[in-house]
Amino acid sequence: MRQFLRTALCLAALAGTAFFPGASAASDLELTITAPAGAGGGWDSAARSLQEAMMATGEAKSVQVVNVPGAGGTVGLAQFVGSAKGAADQLLVAGITLVGASISNNSPVDLTQVTPLARLTGDPLVVVVPRDSPIKSIDDLLATIKKDVATTIWVGGSAGGADHILAALITKSAGADPSKINYVAYSGGGEALAAMLGGQATAGVSGYGEWEGQIKSGDLRALAISYPEPIEGVEAKPLKAQGLDIELVNWRGIFAPPGVEGADLDALKAAVDNTVKSQQWKDIVKARGWTDYYAPSDEFKGFIASETERVRAILTSIGLAQ
Amino acid sequence: MDAINLLIEGFSLAIQPANLIFAAIGVFIGTAVGVLPGIGPALTVALLLPVTFKLDPGGSIIMFAGIYYGGMYGGSTTAILLNTPGESAAVVTALEGNKMARSGRGGPALATAAIGSFVAALVATFALAFLAPPLVKVAVKFAPWDYFGLMLIAFVTVSATFGSSPLRGLTSLAFGLWLGLMGLDQLTGQARLTFGVPQLLDGVEVTTLAVGLFAIGEALHVASRHLYKPEKPIPVKGSIWMTGEDWSRSWKAWLRGTVVGFPIGALPAGGAEIPTFLSYTMEKKLSRKPEEFGSGAIEGVAGPEAANNASAAGTLVPLLTLGLPTSATAAVMLAGFQQYNIQPGPLLFTQHADLVWGLVASLFIANVMLLVLNLPLVGLWVKLLRIPLPWLYGGILVFASMGTIAANPSVVELLLLSAFGVVGFLMRRYDYPVAPAVVGLILGPLADNALRRSVQMSLGDPMVFLEHPSSAIMIAVATIALIAPFVFKGLSRFQQDED
Repeated sequence: MRQFLRTALCLAALAGTAFFPGASAASDLELTITAPAGAGGGWDSAARSLQEAMMATGEAKSVQVVNVPGAGGTVGLAQFVGSAKGAADQLLVAGITLVGASISNNSPVDLTQVTPLARLTGDPLVVVVPRDSPIKSIDDLLATIKKDVATTIWVGGSAGGADHILAALITKSAGADPSKINYVAYSGGGEALAAMLGGQATAGVSGYGEWEGQIKSGDLRALAISYPEPIEGVEAKPLKAQGLDIELVNWRGIFAPPGVEGADLDALKAAVDNTVKSQQWKDIVKARGWTDYYAPSDEFKGFIASETERVRAILTSIGLAQ
Repeated sequence: MDAINLLIEGFSLAIQPANLIFAAIGVFIGTAVGVLPGIGPALTVALLLPVTFKLDPGGSIIMFAGIYYGGMYGGSTTAILLNTPGESAAVVTALEGNKMARSGRGGPALATAAIGSFVAALVATFALAFLAPPLVKVAVKFAPWDYFGLMLIAFVTVSATFGSSPLRGLTSLAFGLWLGLMGLDQLTGQARLTFGVPQLLDGVEVTTLAVGLFAIGEALHVASRHLYKPEKPIPVKGSIWMTGEDWSRSWKAWLRGTVVGFPIGALPAGGAEIPTFLSYTMEKKLSRKPEEFGSGAIEGVAGPEAANNASAAGTLVPLLTLGLPTSATAAVMLAGFQQYNIQPGPLLFTQHADLVWGLVASLFIANVMLLVLNLPLVGLWVKLLRIPLPWLYGGILVFASMGTIAANPSVVELLLLSAFGVVGFLMRRYDYPVAPAVVGLILGPLADNALRRSVQMSLGDPMVFLEHPSSAIMIAVATIALIAPFVFKGLSRFQQDED
């Protein structure tokens, strides 16, 4: 078994070099990836998957993952900005939740202060109603909201997170006041699922993957996904295709500390880019049920700036930020 | 009897030599991380995920289940021996278990915990196999107002149980409730009582409070008295095994703990802590020797331990049938399923029946292995208690701080631990019970969220709690439990007056 594993790893490494003639299998990068969340969450699994792929492709000699949980990731981010400044062997995984948490926690640090390397994955959110709900389409839902915004009970993940933001955007485009939204926050898509199945809510928002089983079994009716384009294997149509100008993706990306420049930064960018283009990474993304949402460093940098402004505007409109 | 055939097929999968080895590795690692400070089963499974990527799905999921059950066993060992509950579900075990250990009955305490866990997990795994699909239909109907009713019952029973006087118990509970308010409010995302310290935004960790109050407070207390009246370590008295009386006092407690633990564990937001509190209270009420509670009653270990392990099997109900992880370990196990493109959920029982039943069968096997592994270790563990007290308590201090630092490497966490240690010392010095503080920290936020979610869903109408029969019944039970003792006291005084 061990022999087999070793052979498999060697083959994988060889395949990596054959695929990218420019990449060197004997990279001497020794990296530490900070996941600003506890073990088991989305950022943790993204960090560990990247670790697996970077080592399998030989883009890094060794990769360690460190968990720094706390306050929607702002504790880990503050530590990263403070102590890893200029360190070319430190990386951070983060996503849209951290953008929102920095704003609503009034955190002194945010993602515009670190160096974006690449946007990695982006998972669609899904809008659902219970199986026996009279609401059959997104237009029905908009009409229900317009009729009485307060009795339309939404359930989803934590307050100020991506789920809450999507619910607010839909409420706004129904022509209702988003600050009047009746959004009942749960600690995650799982607990919110129980409230949906128990028939205690009008509509729910979560990551598509979290509720996929119930959507396929017919216990929940998916009205729309928030991804800009249709996704293979997902029946629900994008909000954009149904006449609502809303797109929201639960993206995750990888960052270097502030103050990493020149050749050091280029080496990190190359290592990440080569890893993301490898077959190993594509296999992992597929197995985890993630959606590829890659963007290179420069594009990602502009994206972070616009995303921060957009999230701030929405959080202000629902009263979670000044 | 389709289920029985499927279960037999599951056993044929689970007893394949390779899978047996995975189960054995799992329970061994699980017991080890349960005993070691700071490394919980969740982190262990997360670390092993990349390693198991190349194995077949059945084997690695069986191994994860072994780690999960093993961690539950190991956590109670440190609670009993060192008064250091490694996880919040073992807090109640420490109450009576450590008292037993310190009066020389560590052997029977460990044995009743191990056998009780075995019995409970066995019964609960059976229930998981046969009741999971119908049970989950009931569980999702459990709405916020029902959770609030359940919390009320827990509050009333718990505050009546602990401490020498109700006022002291309630004071300690209020301290815990205050700590429970700290951090980001889940419903609005606003920070409460964080004093600008970002590390407090996630609130106070239950294990930090429990270890600070229990272990560190105890160590300080012993140290303060050592100069005047040196305590001698108490050697093991009598047999290290359970006597006939121990057995007869334990078996009913095991079964009652199981009945309380499994259904609450199966609730999407039930958890393992509430059943352990309820079981402790129940045993104290039903015991023929209630005066022994507080100084080492064996039922107080047997019941909560059984409840703890039964609820661990219960959490697999929403995980397998809904894909809903209700504990950190279950969340990592979910990631393990997804790694193989298997989505736990309503379709799992039909699409991957072989895997589900193989897992259920290997839970049975893991249980037997745990008992075989743990019972011989009892003799070894109780030897720990022969260590001279200054060494033992010095070791506990190192163990406790290391565990806290390993779980969350931050200065704030260590300062909190020390502060709770001092508070724990003062509470002991002035005879305040420490357990209600931990109860307040666990139940407070749950009750807070359940209350406000209910009112938010009813658009501010408080009648929501009485309109639903299930929550109305639970609130009535809590009210009766609160008022009845006073009424009975009044009645008996009235009768005495007539005499």
